[in-house]
Amino acid sequence: MAPSTSSTVTLNINGEKHTLSVDHRTTLLDALRERLDLTGTKKGCDQGQCGACTVLVDGRRSVSCLQLAVASDGREITTVEGVADGDRLHPVQQAFLDLDGFQCGYCTPGQICSAIAVIEEHAAGWPSAVTEDVRPDAGPPPLTPEEIKERMSGNLCRCGAYVQIAEAVARAAAETRSENRNETEGAAA
Amino acid sequence: MREFDYRRADDVSGAVALLGADPDARYLGGGTNLVDLMKTGVERPARLVDVRTLPLDRIEPADDGGLRIGATVTNSDLAAHPLVRDRYPALAQAVLAGASGQLRNMATVGGNLLQRTRCGYFTDVTRPCNKRVPGSGCPALTGEHHNHAVLGASDHCVAVHPSDMGVALAAFDAVVSYETADGPGELALADFYLPVGDTPHRETALPPGALVTGVTLPPLPVAARSRYRKVRERASYAFAIGSVAAALDVSDGVVRDARLAFGAVASRPWRARAAERVLTGAPATAEYFAAAADAELAAARPLPDNGYKVTLMRNLVVAVLSELAEEAAR
Repeated sequence: MAPSTSSTVTLNINGEKHTLSVDHRTTLLDALRERLDLTGTKKGCDQGQCGACTVLVDGRRSVSCLQLAVASDGREITTVEGVADGDRLHPVQQAFLDLDGFQCGYCTPGQICSAIAVIEEHAAGWPSAVTEDVRPDAGPPPLTPEEIKERMSGNLCRCGAYVQIAEAVARAAAETRSENRNETEGAAA
Repeated sequence: MREFDYRRADDVSGAVALLGADPDARYLGGGTNLVDLMKTGVERPARLVDVRTLPLDRIEPADDGGLRIGATVTNSDLAAHPLVRDRYPALAQAVLAGASGQLRNMATVGGNLLQRTRCGYFTDVTRPCNKRVPGSGCPALTGEHHNHAVLGASDHCVAVHPSDMGVALAAFDAVVSYETADGPGELALADFYLPVGDTPHRETALPPGALVTGVTLPPLPVAARSRYRKVRERASYAFAIGSVAAALDVSDGVVRDARLAFGAVASRPWRARAAERVLTGAPATAEYFAAAADAELAAARPLPDNGYKVTLMRNLVVAVLSELAEEAAR
């Protein structure tokens, strides 16, 4: 096969398939913003250092500025445009609104995508760098403010809305836990 | 960025064949370091061979009680794995101390080992750098070097290896597996990274075109009581200015067995064997922990602006070993 510098890829974004030809140098971030008009995902540092471009790839939060579009072929991508349930905001979005989890709003789409994943990672029992005992016998760590700050540290906020962001993540996590409990009880009944 | 060909490999031998030991080709894992270096022009590959989807994403217990970790296991999955957290807690802690949740989801074990230094002269293509352009010089020697090496460096390069994971792997005698066109091979982590000498551009002992396929941890009961402690310039999401992976077996107040490795002080994860020799059989007290640190750091050759690292590492060793000894006494 002769060398080629572009490929046709199918990106599955927010449940919709998009087939496009991309120069191999195109990042997923640039494909989203410049080719597919999905400008909710923001370009901050473009070096993987700020988290503004965070999206979910196969359910895992990732920085789209260091992910090549061609390497995203066939993967399930969720951007901030795809997290709400129709007109019903995602609990994380609602908590950011209610608790002023932003000022200028530029980092917010990345913060929201990251927070959604943080809540899932914690629910899956993942420890963090501030978890005192990572051994499985110690059980999952409670989602304290310290845990939230550590887990959200990949998302910078130049306005410094961190206090409210951490509160919004805590509230959304508590709501998600209570929803899951209700669902479990409903299933049992 | 230079234009490049892109291929996705279906299996390990296919990946090695696609790369073809071409010095202009690179394996692509999570891309968290390589793509960044391609944007800045430090790396200018003509072809990428994507290995992320290779079936090397398993963590499996070995028959001897050790652990086999595939090269495409993500940092997140490594740190979350119950067997890693149970048998080698310092490894889980080290991985969790690195980067951010987003980057750990993308980054792979193989890529973590092969990531490049974050030395500002290496990443700035407008500056000389012996690692990037052999023979061009090392501005760090007289320039910005507050986070550079104090152990094992040379007049040609004083850059540090940035991995946290590698520090725990070095402490625990990990072995790296790789594949080449001529078949598979293995390298102990102690032999994986080459001494700096006058060839800082040659970083590993991997043969040309080799694909890292995994890491094996030996059974190591002492690792069950282990810790990783990292010091950095902000509380999270930053590279270390010094770190320690330590494991300690203490009974009747005497150290029976110890493992110790340092991060962010050398061009590679630094196994502190001189310190381990002092520790083994010594009373488990702060006095002997400090003596062990001093034995290792006697070889330190700090630059004008990074002498603090010698004090930092000494304090770090004493603190981490004291915590482990206290835990053992409970």
